[in-house]
Amino acid sequence: MAARKSERLLNLLITLLVSRSYVTKERIRGVVEQYRGQSDDAFEKMFERDKEELRSLGIPIEVGYLDRAFEDEPGYRVERAAFELPQIDLEPDEAAVIGLAARVWQHAGLASATSDALVKLKAAGVSVDRAALNVVQPQLAVEEPSFEAFWNATQSRTRVVFRYHTSSSAEETLRHLQPWGVVSARGRWYVVGLDTDRGAPRLFRLSRVTGSVDTEGKSDSFEVPPGTDIRALTESLAPPHADHRAQLRVRSDSAHGLRRHARPDDTALPINTAGAGDGWDRIEVSYGRSDALADEVLSYGADVVVESPDELRSMVVARLQAVAAEPAGTR
Amino acid sequence: MSGARDQVGRLLALVPYIQSRGEVPVEQAAADFGVKPQQIIKDLQVLWFCGLPGLGMGDLIDVDMDVLAGEGMIRVSNADYLTRPLRLGSSEASALIVALRALRDAGDESVRPIVDRTLAKLEAAAGDGAALAAQVDVLISSDEAEANRLRTTLSDAVDRRRQVRLGYYVPARDEATERTVDPLRVVTAEGNSYLEAWCHLAEGQRLFRLDRVSSAKVLDSAVDDHPDVQPRDLAAGLFQPSPDDTLVTLRLQPKARWVAEYYPVESVSELDDGGLRVTLRAGDNGWLTRLMLRIGGAAEVETPAGLSTVVRGAAIAALRNYE
Repeated sequence: MAARKSERLLNLLITLLVSRSYVTKERIRGVVEQYRGQSDDAFEKMFERDKEELRSLGIPIEVGYLDRAFEDEPGYRVERAAFELPQIDLEPDEAAVIGLAARVWQHAGLASATSDALVKLKAAGVSVDRAALNVVQPQLAVEEPSFEAFWNATQSRTRVVFRYHTSSSAEETLRHLQPWGVVSARGRWYVVGLDTDRGAPRLFRLSRVTGSVDTEGKSDSFEVPPGTDIRALTESLAPPHADHRAQLRVRSDSAHGLRRHARPDDTALPINTAGAGDGWDRIEVSYGRSDALADEVLSYGADVVVESPDELRSMVVARLQAVAAEPAGTR
Repeated sequence: MSGARDQVGRLLALVPYIQSRGEVPVEQAAADFGVKPQQIIKDLQVLWFCGLPGLGMGDLIDVDMDVLAGEGMIRVSNADYLTRPLRLGSSEASALIVALRALRDAGDESVRPIVDRTLAKLEAAAGDGAALAAQVDVLISSDEAEANRLRTTLSDAVDRRRQVRLGYYVPARDEATERTVDPLRVVTAEGNSYLEAWCHLAEGQRLFRLDRVSSAKVLDSAVDDHPDVQPRDLAAGLFQPSPDDTLVTLRLQPKARWVAEYYPVESVSELDDGGLRVTLRAGDNGWLTRLMLRIGGAAEVETPAGLSTVVRGAAIAALRNYE
């Protein structure tokens, strides 16, 4: 009977909200209709559960004593100032950006947190008309299954433990972290915090976390060092990217992917093109990892030639030779 | 269990929502709360039994059931103690603040001051809840900013039912193409954004990955009607190979195992050397040749027999460039 329970929860809340002082359990039992018919045991259990449900909605139920001299029986109350959303007056354009913001998250949990916030603002009298503004709408996509666990741990400052593998090795290690923040960069999510095994701040890519993220210990068990700038820290810990340059010859009207790539997860970024004659163009690309650029170059077959650096050139030649060789089984 | 909790959460917003507006049609309240009108009516039936402690005469919250039944209008009175909604929880405040910051970064000069004003007001109202938003950051690169602009342009074309001239790169054939499309919708799936459209060049329904769109010009011409065209169900995955495609068997060395995760393979079996044997459908040989060159010796085509010769030939041709 969800309706009966809703009724009871709401009446309990109103009782605690309208009272100027702490309300004893006996008094609560006397005024909330559904508690009256219960045995002592049943009432205790019901009351405990109801309190927890109200708290899980974010309702601040305080516990205190009616008379400090006689700390015999505790009472309960909800202080209005802590319960109510303070006054917020939004101009129509401000209300419109809030409406647009509610569409940014492409993640069920976060999208519902933003819609809940939006409902509360509407309840505070805000009218949202998204059409009032014509602006670029970003999307925050979250594909990594571990995102929610890290988000929650960051919000509650709870230590976590998880299995992780780096880009260079498929081997997993167990990592212990005080999560300071979650960051999205170049379309990927990261968690940054104090790696307690290494004793230093570290950055972890969420897509490389395998299995579940478990919490360790209680919430509020660590402090983020004052003055920590999550953005600056992330940038300082992130691996360098695209700082090498390669000269390539590409056949005219081919290798369009290489020419136009400016995608976040692509290492190749054309920065200069010049005609090389004979149906070839010369382009310069910047890149981070040689093997990633070699993959890309190889996929164009005879349409792309590496001129320099030598390291990349020999890597591509060696891999072409491996493909060109007769397979071992047929020799 | 959670039914009651959600209902109480909703009522704590619904009561101040109605009281701040005087009266609200059920339909509008339902739309604003993202639930069905019947749910709002059920919520009001609960409210009818709530009120000040003891629930004596004059203590109950008054819901005008006559005007609700007659005109579909909600009026609530005798609930002066519920005129403000519950404060924002920390997750609610953080999620909204991070979304606003993303909007600020993505927007142009005209939007930023509006978002800044909004953020200041929201942070003041959210209090402690807002503090945690500092622990979440979103860095939007220039590429993503470009992608956001493109998505907004295309969504606008969908809404206004205008044709779009699209410059599009087809990687499987390494081709830069130009085509006119009738946009149907913009969707996100498997981490990428797509435009689903009726393509006049292909004469069929197509998905265009936005990061492969090189240009998009919204035309003045209205889209054609496509009464038979339905948006594709993407739940089954984006890549739906046709049974007419060639079935290819590949032998993958351990370092090429990623192929089995990256492409929709039809079967996978483990090999003694730690590698895999996989079968997959290839629409054209060009795509497969490019894949095999990319894997660079860490995989072999087992069947169809002729294909491995094609791949070797492509490698030999490429090697000549280095002689």
